[in-house]
Amino acid sequence: MDHFARLGLPAALDTDAAALDKAYFARQRQWHPDRFVGKPAPERAKASVEAAALNDAYRTLKDPLDRAVYLAELNGVELPGDGKTIDDPELLMEAMEAREELHEASSIAEVDALAAKTRDELQKSLAALGSLFLANDKPAIRKTLLRLRYLDKFAEEARARRTNLGSNLGKS
Amino acid sequence: MTLLEIHEPGETPLPHAGEGSLAVGIDLGTTNSVVAIAREGKPAALHDEAGKALVPSVVAYPSGGGVIVGDDARALTAQEPKNVVASVKRLMGRGAADLHAVAGVLPYEIEPGTGETDMVKLRIGGKARSPVEISAEILKALKLRAEAALEKPVERAVITVPAYFDDAARTATRDAARVAGLEVLRLVNEPTAAALAYGLDKGSEGLYAVYDLGGGTFDFSLLRLEKGVFQVLATGGDTALGGDDFDRAIAERMLEERKTDGLADTIDEGAVKTALALARHMKEQLSDRDQASGRLELAGVPSFHALTRAGFDAMVAAYVKRTIDIARRVLDDAAMKVGDIHGVVLVGGSTRVPLVRSAVADMIGRAPLTDIDPDEVVALGAALQAEALTGGSDTLLLDVTPLSLGLETMGGIVEKIVPRNTPIPVQLAQDFTTYQDGQSAMAIHVVQGEREMVDDCRSLARFELLGIPPMTAGAARIRVTFAVDADGLLTVSAEEKTTGVAQRVEVKPSYGLSHDDMADMLYDSLDHAEEDMTRRLLTEARVEAKRNLLALDAALAKDGELLSAEERGGLDAARARLETAIAGEDRDEINAAAEALETQSKPFAEMRMDRGIREALSGMAVSDLEGRVGD
Repeated sequence: MDHFARLGLPAALDTDAAALDKAYFARQRQWHPDRFVGKPAPERAKASVEAAALNDAYRTLKDPLDRAVYLAELNGVELPGDGKTIDDPELLMEAMEAREELHEASSIAEVDALAAKTRDELQKSLAALGSLFLANDKPAIRKTLLRLRYLDKFAEEARARRTNLGSNLGKS
Repeated sequence: MTLLEIHEPGETPLPHAGEGSLAVGIDLGTTNSVVAIAREGKPAALHDEAGKALVPSVVAYPSGGGVIVGDDARALTAQEPKNVVASVKRLMGRGAADLHAVAGVLPYEIEPGTGETDMVKLRIGGKARSPVEISAEILKALKLRAEAALEKPVERAVITVPAYFDDAARTATRDAARVAGLEVLRLVNEPTAAALAYGLDKGSEGLYAVYDLGGGTFDFSLLRLEKGVFQVLATGGDTALGGDDFDRAIAERMLEERKTDGLADTIDEGAVKTALALARHMKEQLSDRDQASGRLELAGVPSFHALTRAGFDAMVAAYVKRTIDIARRVLDDAAMKVGDIHGVVLVGGSTRVPLVRSAVADMIGRAPLTDIDPDEVVALGAALQAEALTGGSDTLLLDVTPLSLGLETMGGIVEKIVPRNTPIPVQLAQDFTTYQDGQSAMAIHVVQGEREMVDDCRSLARFELLGIPPMTAGAARIRVTFAVDADGLLTVSAEEKTTGVAQRVEVKPSYGLSHDDMADMLYDSLDHAEEDMTRRLLTEARVEAKRNLLALDAALAKDGELLSAEERGGLDAARARLETAIAGEDRDEINAAAEALETQSKPFAEMRMDRGIREALSGMAVSDLEGRVGD
């Protein structure tokens, strides 16, 4: 059963957060191991497996990027595993330049500006996904998701860099 | 432990389910413990004849025989110090390497030779006793107290543990309960229990924070409350930060003042204990006064010390700031802002310090909730959960993993399988592959922590997946599955998917972590995040490059004669450049050299492909070929 079906939601890119929570809570009320204390072992085992699957589904669908990747995979778009080499030369160039900029940023304000730019790009690319899914343009979906993944990772790097700058300032 | 309960039907007995026995909530604390019961949603702490709810977590094995727990045990400390043990919670699930951190701080005498491969034992009352046995005595005392107060047998309990208790400490807590004759319905994280106590009382909805500052640990958790659902969004903390640090700061200052006054003290363990006791007393006075004073007598020489609230605040400001920094990071983790928080619950005796209260209020922008006694609130929440689990209830508690769980991969990089703050129970799998041709075994090393490199995380378990059939590098598909149950306990299994060779392991922690290591592991990830990332990227580049070298060498061994001397020379030069780059620290150079080698080896790859095709076609008649084309 796929994550959407497990939560009784339509397999869509723009899952409503409140609807997702509601579906998840209702099903956890039914399946959470706390509901099976004192029940026979096979029942508890079944509940535990179901609760774990629900948590996996919820976690995946909660995050917009994870959800998009998951939906793409359901639709037969194959993405390379996380952390694999980027095979898109344009993206590679963008990534290298951004990394350079981040490396050279010496103040929190500079890092923040880079992070804000990345967030903007993330939002824009996410928004663009909708029409690509409608058109079922698999190569374009793949390209966009790879870029989103990179942007997400870069945002994390920027966060790390910011923390590092912050703590260095704190020490001096 | 762990998933065995799921995989082995009938394993966990429930002899009294639904019968007359009652289920209680227990806060098994480092300094004090509390037992509570909830009836129809109303929790109450159980008191002794004197009306006291707190049971000091002190156990004595007096020379006359028997076991004493609580105030009476503490009273025996002066007369029979070698027969009394306090703060044993700090040793739950800990091994030899942990002892260096606590040596000299806590008055433990360690049984020689223990803790090498299992949990340490203490020499108390002339016998070797494990922290599990000692904790069991506290639990037995709480069970007796509950049975006396309720006039019914008590055989089941919800026991709370710090959110940051690792797998070993959680297992040890369960074991202690078993020794005490208590069935653990669930281990619940302390901050979650506290939220439960507040939430049900108020019927609140929205985002709540729990700020829990105890004697030795700090936790900050974010929970969302919605129609009876308690959803933990994120949790974080420091296992070596608490009110004890405040006491130490005051004590150090008093000893410093004596030195300035020309008193020549010998600072031994006794002197430190005496100074700490006075420091604690002064700290407590300052909770509702602006001034505190005390008389310190060491080796018969008295001195007088005064401390203002402002002076005390200045001494502990750095500790308090650290808690606020951690709180902010937890908010960041949950992608929440301070403004989203509806209320903050204070837990732990150290939250009585006015500076702590004001710092929390300043951060959140509203006064913290303090109307439940911070010493009892955790036990009250546990009692509510015990009632919910046995009597049925509409409350649902959705908790998360506090620390990331992962595996060691090539080059000592940690591949996180279960990120921190993942809702539990959870089962997540990831596929790995072999690195070398014909590789028949794969070492699985399970670690816990936030850092990118294995050496900086806690090692939980190691095992080997054997019997992988010979395949080319990268062809095997090894699925490693991490399962964390509702108590936060982990089971790891590995399986080679193409052949079904499987291996399962219960995670038996390697007990290698000191108190300080633990703190470092959790929060140094902040300071090292960028450095980690750089190291990770460098290591990844190296691993990738080495993989390419291995593949090239294998190809050269097989088809090397296809190359002319000149071609071979060029390839060797490119290969040498990459090897030099791997030995260096420059990731860009590694990538550049790898790319150069790839370009250089392209013609060779083409030659090999041609040969492959020729070999495939050799010996075939033209008619066969035509037949094939027609397929």
